[in-house]
Amino acid sequence: MEPKIKSACETCPQFNAEGLKKLGIKTDNVDFVVALAGNPNTGKSTVFNSLTGLRQHTGNWPGKTVTRAEGGFEYNSQKFKLVDLPGTYSLLSTSEDEAAARDFILFGKPNVTVIVADANRLERNLNLVLQILEITDKAVLCLNLMDEAKRNYIKIDERTLARDLGIPVVPTSARFNQGIPELIHTISEIANGNIICKPHRIKNVPSNIEHAVKTLSIEIEKEFPNIPNSRWIAFRLLEGDTQIINALKSGELV
Amino acid sequence: MANKNIDHILELSNELRWQIGDDFHDNLTEGIYADAAQIVSDTVQVDNSKKRFRLDRQIDKVVTSKTFGFPIMFLILATVLWLTIIGANYPSSLLAELLLDNLHPMLKSGATAIGLPWWLDGFLIDGVYLAVAWVIAVMLPPMAIFFPLFTLLEDFGYLPRVAFNLDNLFKKSGAHGKQALTMSMGFGCNAAGVVATRIIDSPRERLIAIITNNFSLCNGRWPTQILIATIFIGAVVPESFSSLASLLAVIGIAVLGMAFMFGVSWALSRTVLKGEVSTFNLELPPYRPPRFWKTIYTSLIDRTLIVLWRAIVFAAPAGAVIWLISNIYIGNESIAAWAINSLDGFGFLLGLNGVILLAYVVAIPANEIVIPTILMLTVLVTGIDGGAGAGVMFELDSMHATAAILKAGGWTLLTAINLMLFSLLHNPCSTTIYTIYKETKSAKWTVFASVMPVVLGFVVTFLVAQIWRIIF
Repeated sequence: MEPKIKSACETCPQFNAEGLKKLGIKTDNVDFVVALAGNPNTGKSTVFNSLTGLRQHTGNWPGKTVTRAEGGFEYNSQKFKLVDLPGTYSLLSTSEDEAAARDFILFGKPNVTVIVADANRLERNLNLVLQILEITDKAVLCLNLMDEAKRNYIKIDERTLARDLGIPVVPTSARFNQGIPELIHTISEIANGNIICKPHRIKNVPSNIEHAVKTLSIEIEKEFPNIPNSRWIAFRLLEGDTQIINALKSGELV
Repeated sequence: MANKNIDHILELSNELRWQIGDDFHDNLTEGIYADAAQIVSDTVQVDNSKKRFRLDRQIDKVVTSKTFGFPIMFLILATVLWLTIIGANYPSSLLAELLLDNLHPMLKSGATAIGLPWWLDGFLIDGVYLAVAWVIAVMLPPMAIFFPLFTLLEDFGYLPRVAFNLDNLFKKSGAHGKQALTMSMGFGCNAAGVVATRIIDSPRERLIAIITNNFSLCNGRWPTQILIATIFIGAVVPESFSSLASLLAVIGIAVLGMAFMFGVSWALSRTVLKGEVSTFNLELPPYRPPRFWKTIYTSLIDRTLIVLWRAIVFAAPAGAVIWLISNIYIGNESIAAWAINSLDGFGFLLGLNGVILLAYVVAIPANEIVIPTILMLTVLVTGIDGGAGAGVMFELDSMHATAAILKAGGWTLLTAINLMLFSLLHNPCSTTIYTIYKETKSAKWTVFASVMPVVLGFVVTFLVAQIWRIIF
């Protein structure tokens, strides 16, 4: 095998190389659970591999990850379990993949959700990002395929993007292991509560809908004071999503 | 916290749903897109003045074009096969020399030295060890070439283009266009292809993809095809064309398999699995230059060694069984000889023989050991010299020696062609059968997927044999 490529950060003394241990599939007694979500073919499995040291099969075609892969890493003596979800474009329809991804973020209650996005197709990828941000407020955007974006002369202002989305944004080229150390550090900061996210909430909705959502989410919060995603549940209730209604009844959502 | 009282929330939501009207879903989706567009316009800059020559689009224009799409596909398939056939030859014979010609006699003399009884020595070294060694020698080199080449194509992004090209054919046969992807996976390993069908959402189309995946000639069957084509098909043409002729024969069988895949899909979707063809989106991802060495490394470690290990696990007991049936006698006939004699009549009808049929029964766990089993059993029946004793699999020094044995066993060009056909059209290996059961959770469909190809194989070889005998 070719020598592992070290990014500049990995060789920097600031980088806590001793603190990082890739655990492969050993994921018992974990401290945190991290979900890996994103559009198909954005390199989720490659990010997964570089975080866990596993060699989950990767391939350049959408829909390649059919089973939920799990792996782990240890950072500063805390154990993280990573779950690679199937790629989806949205969480609003009812296909099996989308349900699997949505259910894990919703019911699996990961401590951090890493949203992998293709930097070359950010606008289309944001569709999913914004939906996930309605569900969870502990997320980081992994802006992957930065090497390709550079070749395509695409420049992204990551700071503004982070401010607009209200979550940390980490540019990466997972294939070359670039940005992965920063990603690990950010995941750990969010998991430990050192970074508090203020996720973007969907703004461009007609005022009558906004009003309905607000009224409903106030009621939901009265009943479930600690719920992080009352707005999203309001969206789902207005759509008549029976699965969410049942989950609310059984208290699974809290 | 069970059973919260949320009736008032539901009531409120029902009431509000009336107020906001029908376009809620569309409004919400539009809202999300508007937000996304706004964010992107604030953060993303594209330098349009430097827009490069869009290589991706140019490549796509050629490889997915109506004129060149199919020829290019076959050319790529042919190149991969050709590299596999040519490249595997040398390491294969090297491994065979090491494991069979050198290590095996050493083990035998070692066994004699420590005084193992003849039956234990035969069972372990001539049965189990030889089967495993054979599988390694025959399978490892072609797999070590085929899998990395396939993975390189996959990483480059070619597979979705194959799906794009074949979509129309799949649609016409009532199947899902993504079946092209599972079919391609099947060329490596049918069990992997069956698992890959999970990318197909519709249960009906997924079932079709599972049932017909066996028509993708898998890695365990390529060596059989290549060997028989080289010996028999290559021999009927002038020598300078022989490798081309055998390559074309192997590709012909692979393409015939695809034709069967379309035909059976068509028949299923018109009869027991009726239904609409579902539409789907398939992104044509950008081409990505694969990271060459990393791909080679991971496909060797992950795919090749895992499949090889599986083959070894199944080959070891099969080797034991072969040795046992050749050495256990009922009356004055070994079980193997008895089975071969009783199967010979049926085999003749199919243009095959009892040896081949018995070999396929023994080789249900792993297709890879079909050829060594056939050789071993042929020697047993014909009683010619060249083997190493009853029930002992062996490697022959050359292709000529293999050909000599098979011809002594009464093989003709018809036997060879029908063996190639039967190797394509027979039951999936036991791993694949088990995988089909795990994926479908249905005994009925598992049995159907296992039996249907054999029946097809019987019918096709029978017809070919009858027509052949009328003509020649």
